[in-house]
Amino acid sequence: MTTNDGRRAPAPRPGADVPALDARLRLARGDFTLDVTLEVAEGEVLALLGPNGAGKSSALRALAGLVPLTDGHVRVGGRDETTTPVERRPVGVVFQDYLLFRHMSALDNVAFGPRCQGLSKAVARARAAELLEGMDLSAQARSRPGRLSGGQAQRVALARALAVRPRLLLLDEPMAALDASTRVDVRARLRHLLEDFDGAAVLVTHDPLDAMVLADRVAVVESGRIVQQGTPAEVARRPRTPYVARLVGLNLFRGTAEGTEVTVDRRDARAPWVVHVHEPHEGEVLVAFPPRAVALYADRPHGSPRNLWRLTVDGVERFGDQVRVHLVGPMPLSADISPAALAELGLVPGAPVWAAVKAAEAECYPG
Amino acid sequence: MTTPAPTRGRALRARSGRPPWILLVPALLGVAFLVLPLLGLLVSTPWATMGARITDPAVLSALWLSLSTATAATAVCLVLGVPLAWLLARADFPGRRLVRALVTVPLVIPPVVGGVALLLVLGRNGLLGRHLDAWFGLTLPFTTAAVVIAQVFVAMPFLVVSVEGALRGVDARFEEAAATLGANRTTVFARVTLPMVLPGVGAGAALCWARALGEFGATITFAGNFPGTTQTMPLAVYMAMQRDPEAAVVLSLVLLIVSLAVLAGLRGRWT
Repeated sequence: MTTNDGRRAPAPRPGADVPALDARLRLARGDFTLDVTLEVAEGEVLALLGPNGAGKSSALRALAGLVPLTDGHVRVGGRDETTTPVERRPVGVVFQDYLLFRHMSALDNVAFGPRCQGLSKAVARARAAELLEGMDLSAQARSRPGRLSGGQAQRVALARALAVRPRLLLLDEPMAALDASTRVDVRARLRHLLEDFDGAAVLVTHDPLDAMVLADRVAVVESGRIVQQGTPAEVARRPRTPYVARLVGLNLFRGTAEGTEVTVDRRDARAPWVVHVHEPHEGEVLVAFPPRAVALYADRPHGSPRNLWRLTVDGVERFGDQVRVHLVGPMPLSADISPAALAELGLVPGAPVWAAVKAAEAECYPG
Repeated sequence: MTTPAPTRGRALRARSGRPPWILLVPALLGVAFLVLPLLGLLVSTPWATMGARITDPAVLSALWLSLSTATAATAVCLVLGVPLAWLLARADFPGRRLVRALVTVPLVIPPVVGGVALLLVLGRNGLLGRHLDAWFGLTLPFTTAAVVIAQVFVAMPFLVVSVEGALRGVDARFEEAAATLGANRTTVFARVTLPMVLPGVGAGAALCWARALGEFGATITFAGNFPGTTQTMPLAVYMAMQRDPEAAVVLSLVLLIVSLAVLAGLRGRWT
């Protein structure tokens, strides 16, 4: 229980004996099953990243107690909360479109939780006012939610969730309701506010950028399972599934390494496809390299790079100030080139092209 | 290249703002059908003797009885009907569909039948009325209370249906949000759900009040027609029609103006 007056001292990050959140969530619904194990330390933000329908929102709802578990457990700060009803869990939730009560002012929205916990109106409002002040929302305290901007509404929702002094903070797609122009600022600000929270935080998102910026650790959820877990940098550098690779914008291949030669797994085993890498490895590996590491040539280049493939252009799209070229052939690849290079090469769908990748650019890691 | 769909002359013609006559003519006929009788009422009103007739104590007493019983009935409907609507919309229990069907029965049965049914249950020798009389010395039929009971019986379904619809329209995720903030189900209902359905409750109450104000069949059967205690405006209009049609016109006009005034007032506030 925190007894300080709303301003939370920065918590010691690692080191606590009991994880702030220790959960195994098993949910069965029709032929969909969710089975994930989550551990989050004090002050840590974990992002559940995954495509729509992967079960990440179900996981969040299960943590909040809004859906019952088929099996598993939820422990918050070492206390078993598996069967605790929603209204008594030490949990605060920021919902997808914030769900602020439209008939109440921002202040009363934030004071709602403390009031439900039995605090007097004056004390609850004082706590709410303090939280809003900490989020630069004092001027909006009397406003109805309809008059708030997206970023303001998000902070009111966060303040409302924090007002019950939760030990576990859950955020469901906190950036989804915002328009693109405000996202950068709002995301940075949310990151800052999350850093002040000393409990465990779990964030659900389908946007890799949100996960990378807001979270200390990312767990990728696909079809109800966690397929990869690690720091944002690890996940971004060494994706483990095609989905993650696509999210972080890398070309990814699974294969078998013998020294610096990786034979990529293919259905057609008669025509082996080999990628040369820098460091020697043995056995099952993954190879990832960014599209900008792929160089394209109209004619076979001289000096023969170690990785050189004859591929066909499938499509071309704008990607920032670069052009992303999708290539098909024995293995599909993406390459980023400059618009000038595109014009020079005259790449149109169906055109043949040589693609080269330096061995040093290909990241190889155990699969 | 994909070829665009072949353009037809009709697609290119600018759409005129005029609705098609096949809809317009019946619609205007419908308006005329609803408005003409009311105009007839205005035209036939004996304006010269209007003042004297309205201030007739018998008229005033019937008007007061109508307004007070309709308001009391609406209050009872709110107290019983809103929770009932919540139960139908939110709670999951066996036989819910049956309960919903039973609740709407008074909407479809003739009010006179309702009056007879009330008499059979709450009358002095009725299933319940017998005990009320024996234990408490309470006799309901032919009292002002009976007027209210008859009105509640016919008007409550309007409120329940309207509020249940409003409740179904509320995004239940707001209730979940309230629960995660520590609100129990009673608090969720009182502080989140009810404020969100207030427009629906208002509309339902207005419908309910209007229906109670116009109640005739069940009232005359269950409560009788005693001036001062059970003779409401609709009953007074009917009685006047038998002996003094001009008085009936005046009473009707008063009833029309009062109901329009109240409904207009509520509309401004709730819709």
